[in-house]
Amino acid sequence: MKKPVLEVKELRTHFFTDRGEIPAVDNVSFTIHEGEVLGIVGESGCGKSVTSLSIMGLVPNPPGKIIGGQILFRQQKNNDNRTEDLVTVSKKRMRQIRGNQVAMIFQEPMTSLDPLFTIGFQIIEAVKNHLKVTKKQARQKAIELLKLVGIPRAEEIIDEYPHQLSGGMRQRVMIAVAMSCDPEVLIADEPTTALDVTIQAQILDLMRKLNREKNTAIIMITHDLGVVAEMCDRVVVMYAGKVVEEGDVRTILKSPKHPYTQGLIRSLPKMSNRAERLYSIPGNVPKPGSITYGCRFSPRCPEVSGRCFIEDPELLTLTRGHTCRCFLYEKEGETAHV
Amino acid sequence: MSEALLQVQHLKKYFAIPGSIFSRNIGKVKAVDDVSFDVHKGEVLGIVGESGCGKSTTGKALLRLIEPTAGQIFFNGEDITRLSEVEMRKIRRDMQIIFQDPYASLNPRHKIEKILSEPLLVHGIGTKESRRRKVSEILEVVGLSGDHAKRYPHQFSGGQRQRIGIARALIVKPKLIICDEPVSALDVSIQSQILNLMEDLQEEFGLTYVFIAHDLSVVHHISDRIGVMYLGRMVELAENEALYKNPYHPYTKSLLSAVPNPDPDIKQERIILQGDVPSPAEPPSGCAFHTRCPECMDICKSARPDFQQVTEDHFVACHLYGDGFG
Repeated sequence: MKKPVLEVKELRTHFFTDRGEIPAVDNVSFTIHEGEVLGIVGESGCGKSVTSLSIMGLVPNPPGKIIGGQILFRQQKNNDNRTEDLVTVSKKRMRQIRGNQVAMIFQEPMTSLDPLFTIGFQIIEAVKNHLKVTKKQARQKAIELLKLVGIPRAEEIIDEYPHQLSGGMRQRVMIAVAMSCDPEVLIADEPTTALDVTIQAQILDLMRKLNREKNTAIIMITHDLGVVAEMCDRVVVMYAGKVVEEGDVRTILKSPKHPYTQGLIRSLPKMSNRAERLYSIPGNVPKPGSITYGCRFSPRCPEVSGRCFIEDPELLTLTRGHTCRCFLYEKEGETAHV
Repeated sequence: MSEALLQVQHLKKYFAIPGSIFSRNIGKVKAVDDVSFDVHKGEVLGIVGESGCGKSTTGKALLRLIEPTAGQIFFNGEDITRLSEVEMRKIRRDMQIIFQDPYASLNPRHKIEKILSEPLLVHGIGTKESRRRKVSEILEVVGLSGDHAKRYPHQFSGGQRQRIGIARALIVKPKLIICDEPVSALDVSIQSQILNLMEDLQEEFGLTYVFIAHDLSVVHHISDRIGVMYLGRMVELAENEALYKNPYHPYTKSLLSAVPNPDPDIKQERIILQGDVPSPAEPPSGCAFHTRCPECMDICKSARPDFQQVTEDHFVACHLYGDGFG
């Protein structure tokens, strides 16, 4: 059995705005094991990005605040079997962990590099912050990292500025920065959304390679179910701040149980067989905080019953490792204890 | 085969790269470089390609929203590249466009009523009263309600705004609609609503679409024929099924193989291209794809391949399929 690296337990991140308190992440729990690729899937406003920012301790405060739950990080490196709660650790300790043991790649490779500094400077900065190395060693390490992520002419590129690189190359540099300290968990927030398909294929290939060779656990946040099928071992499906279904990738994509997951998969245009007409989920993606009681999906659900509007369904365990938040499965499932 | 509604011949659009204030232009970006194709009446012609391949420029040049540098565009047999601004405006009643970003393409200061009746006003259609009636009718057609006319764009979600964008194109009863990435800014569950709506409207009003997108599965779903563009050039054009089942051009092959498939049972052979798309300001000599092509030959580096018919209704620009092939 693989060891868990990161456990998110009943995480609640709320935003306090003029329009009131918005539960962007509402009681979210999941676990990621070493060497695993976990997908977090959902549409805009479902809380997937806020979840990742919460793990990194980067939720903008104010207006955002983690108001409950735990993020347990089990350190595996150096046989140091400490368990720390990233919600309560000191800022100083969080700075040591962030970028070192837990690293993140953002969606926009165009905006997440500083245009005023060379590529090399930005990688060396990350390396020197966390590892005890000299300037020369850090530069050597930076060149190695650039080579690792498949950047040609690494010795020259290291002295170039971000604007001199293409989108795909910048994303490779971001991955190099994130991988600089051999993190145990890598969070990738829509890493390929801004990239073209042929470049996306290159980046996914690279991430898979790093996952295999370094045994890095990856949390892959995406809205693209194709990317999920390609990369992930397990999938968490989120809707309006809540986890609605979780299971291994095959179960989720082939025999989803939650009406939202089912609708999402059915509404995709398929390359393999061309349907006459696409299925579509009626209604709109809810604004965060607009639905406060009952099942969040009830206004759009084809299987809705009166109860769904009033009561909030529990997350039920259907089979081992497959959970679903829906009243339809109350008989077969048992309440998941998290 | 049905007749051509739109014929594009040797369309070119070069953008000048300005030098400093005193010097002249220092180069050209060949955004669209000699593209020819026909759009048949009642069909959906998909145009796919990666960013910077010139697909959006092509779409805008078809309407002369961007003035083409060279080439001819025939709409209903009439060469529209030579028409004056005033004459062109009349033609645009039959050719409309839907834009990608539903947030940027609606004026935030105008009510939906004003946004939708403006095309009618421009073309001098109807009285004030009949325009108002038309606006509320068209809102119903695109799945909104007549009351929405009184609201402002910010009161709508992305999917609803795209419906308004479609309504604005539709209200003058055009024959041809250029759809420039109409669903790429939308969530998956909303995307399928809009695609279905567009298909319904096409059937109901007998529309012809030029559907520009980068998402290959969306284009596969909606199109009858598909053209693939790379670096300002059309590299392959074929009937939808033929293109997906049996692509000829090495670029099309790798593009199709790169799309992640949401079905975990389908394990496809992936062709991962090396390197990036070259800059359109300095396109490679010969075939623009030769720098990344896995099947590059000597001739590809020097001679640009002709865009020629290889089998019935299947055009490709590649030296692998020279004279006498098939």
